Amino acid sequence: MESLKELNKFKNIAIKNMNAKKNNQGYKIIIGMATCGIAAGGKKIMKAFKEALKIRNIHIPISITGCVGVCRLEPMADIIDEKGNKTTYIMLTPEKVTKIVQSHIINGQIVAEYTINSANSIF
Amino acid sequence: MHIYKTHVLVCEGNVDAIKYSYDIFNEFEYGIKKNKLTNEVKIIKTKCLELCENNSIIIVYPEGAIYENVQRNDVDEIINEHLLKGRIVKRLLVNKSNENNNSYETADFFKKQTRIALRNCGVINPEIIDEYIAYDGYKALGTVVTTMEPEEVIDIILESGIRGRGGAGFLTGKKWLFTAKAKGNIKYVCCNADEGDPGAFMDRSVLEGDPHSIIEAMAIAGYAIGSNQGYIYVRAEYPVAVQRLNIAISQAKKLGLLGSNIFKSNFTFNLELRLGAGAFVCGEETALMTSIEGKRGEPRPRPPFPAIKGLFQKPTVLNNVETLANIPMIINKGAKWFKSIGTLSSPGTKVFAIGGKINNTGLVEIPMGTTLREVIYDIGGGIPNGKKFKAAQTGGPSGGCIPTQYLDIPIEYETLSNIGSMMGSGGLIVMDEDNCMVDIAKFFLEFSVDESCGKCPPCRIGTKRMYEILEKITKGKGEMDDISKLEELAKVTQSASLCGLGKTAANPILSTLKYFRNEYEEHILEKKCKAGVCKELLDYLIIEKDCKGCTKCKKACPVNAISGAIKKPHVIDQNACIKCGACLEACPFDAIIRK
Repeated sequence: MESLKELNKFKNIAIKNMNAKKNNQGYKIIIGMATCGIAAGGKKIMKAFKEALKIRNIHIPISITGCVGVCRLEPMADIIDEKGNKTTYIMLTPEKVTKIVQSHIINGQIVAEYTINSANSIF
Repeated sequence: MHIYKTHVLVCEGNVDAIKYSYDIFNEFEYGIKKNKLTNEVKIIKTKCLELCENNSIIIVYPEGAIYENVQRNDVDEIINEHLLKGRIVKRLLVNKSNENNNSYETADFFKKQTRIALRNCGVINPEIIDEYIAYDGYKALGTVVTTMEPEEVIDIILESGIRGRGGAGFLTGKKWLFTAKAKGNIKYVCCNADEGDPGAFMDRSVLEGDPHSIIEAMAIAGYAIGSNQGYIYVRAEYPVAVQRLNIAISQAKKLGLLGSNIFKSNFTFNLELRLGAGAFVCGEETALMTSIEGKRGEPRPRPPFPAIKGLFQKPTVLNNVETLANIPMIINKGAKWFKSIGTLSSPGTKVFAIGGKINNTGLVEIPMGTTLREVIYDIGGGIPNGKKFKAAQTGGPSGGCIPTQYLDIPIEYETLSNIGSMMGSGGLIVMDEDNCMVDIAKFFLEFSVDESCGKCPPCRIGTKRMYEILEKITKGKGEMDDISKLEELAKVTQSASLCGLGKTAANPILSTLKYFRNEYEEHILEKKCKAGVCKELLDYLIIEKDCKGCTKCKKACPVNAISGAIKKPHVIDQNACIKCGACLEACPFDAIIRK
């Protein structure tokens, strides 16, 4: 990195890459992988997503992120669609992951009962 | 048997629609033949799948995509897009009406927060530097190095009024200024990531979720004070944080954001990690530096302050993780912007780790000046099971308890210390009516006893003696002059200890004595613990009229302290009872009470 200009150029490429539809569905999956997420089973959830996508022959980038502050709702995953809409799923299990992949990623149906809004009664 | 890659299920629908589904079926068959997919795709006609209000449902496996209301001219699109390119045709999917307010940002818990230090946590991938740069990462470092003089950087930080988030609240800009002015060619920048307060984990969250912000801020500090070397002192108990910091440092080096001639300037900055072995005292600044030097982590008297003689006897600036996480934002958005958040004496935000008897445990970042009531009830969601709020403990083992009457004070450095607590690193433990305050004081003191390094006698002996007195009181052997003894000991420990750990160790006792003296007196005079926590002061009693003589409690008692015939009321022998509570759990008639 030699100048602010170069940094800015790098930034624009980075933004482009982040938004690129490298996959055939336009979705991106982000799994919470801070200590809290890992402790709650984040790695198992990552594996479940990978398997569920593989048997359906779908390629979607899976990324990780830190803690958003609601550690008690981990493991959590965000699914971002091509328009940038984010859906946060909470307290995931491998079974829930299968349903989310089937319903949300394949058929575009958000599984409302697993989203963070379903926990709003206790918020 | 031939195995097909893809199966297309065409629903025959009800009787009226059969003709129509034949058309669709034929269309598919034709298209598949035309595209030479006959060896890969099998079309299957199925009976009504009962998925449809409209007929003409098509399901494509292995994905399991369900298409609805497919017309003849849609078939080509499904074949071209889905079967050939593997892209699901979204416009034909069943019922696309989805609400778009399902992200965590829309939850009430988040709406009332202002995120500066935690801005990237849960947003970017901490292991990819590109994502940090995409969110304006390293822009502040670039601006500082290429367009500003070191004095200007310090001026911005001074003007922003940001204060140390580690607890004491010293002006960060002043710290930088003193270190910059100190004589010497070699200076150091250190980051205190030895987060030791029980229940506080905001530093870990920043290190794990946004490690580059710390690296960038330390490089900025290095430029401002004229240092070429930084150390991050992080606990070995944070393996994920250590791993991500290492990844982040090597990525930054690769892009030339650390190392020599950053942004083609003369500025060189290197960064290394030092792992702490988990001693609480190493979060104290002089002990931390001694530990980085490779010696036993013990504090030393100040002055000289680290700004004059710190690490390896050289001028050193030491900042907390959360403080540093704010720095790039202050440079990017300006001191005025930062001052517009929070209050006059405490600008900006503070991250709190809320725990204890509260519905929404977790990390929250709020503007300074928010009241405790807002944090506990609006963001925290209140106390579970409809219990009453009793007190909140801030500042961990160095802080104090805040009782109900101060729920509406704004959270600032001064207001908290005025009522006998402190900001601390941001642990916030909420207690309800089931918490015994003497027991709470004992809990925090036990922590201080364990973690006292032993260098100075007031802390080493004082905390131990205070703990012994508290233990005596909770066991029902307390006397009235124990309270005055506690107060005297607390004052001596407070004034004579060498470092912050000892100076503040008595705070939990002093604040509980101030606001909950009646509980101490109850324990001593009436030998009762009304919250039902101190085991030795409890009595288990069987209510005669409710007891059916079922003998369940008798069987559950591990020391045979319960006697009584079948179908006759039982009695607990108070001298033999060890207050384990097994009988209370065993009784099906709620005939046993704890007093």
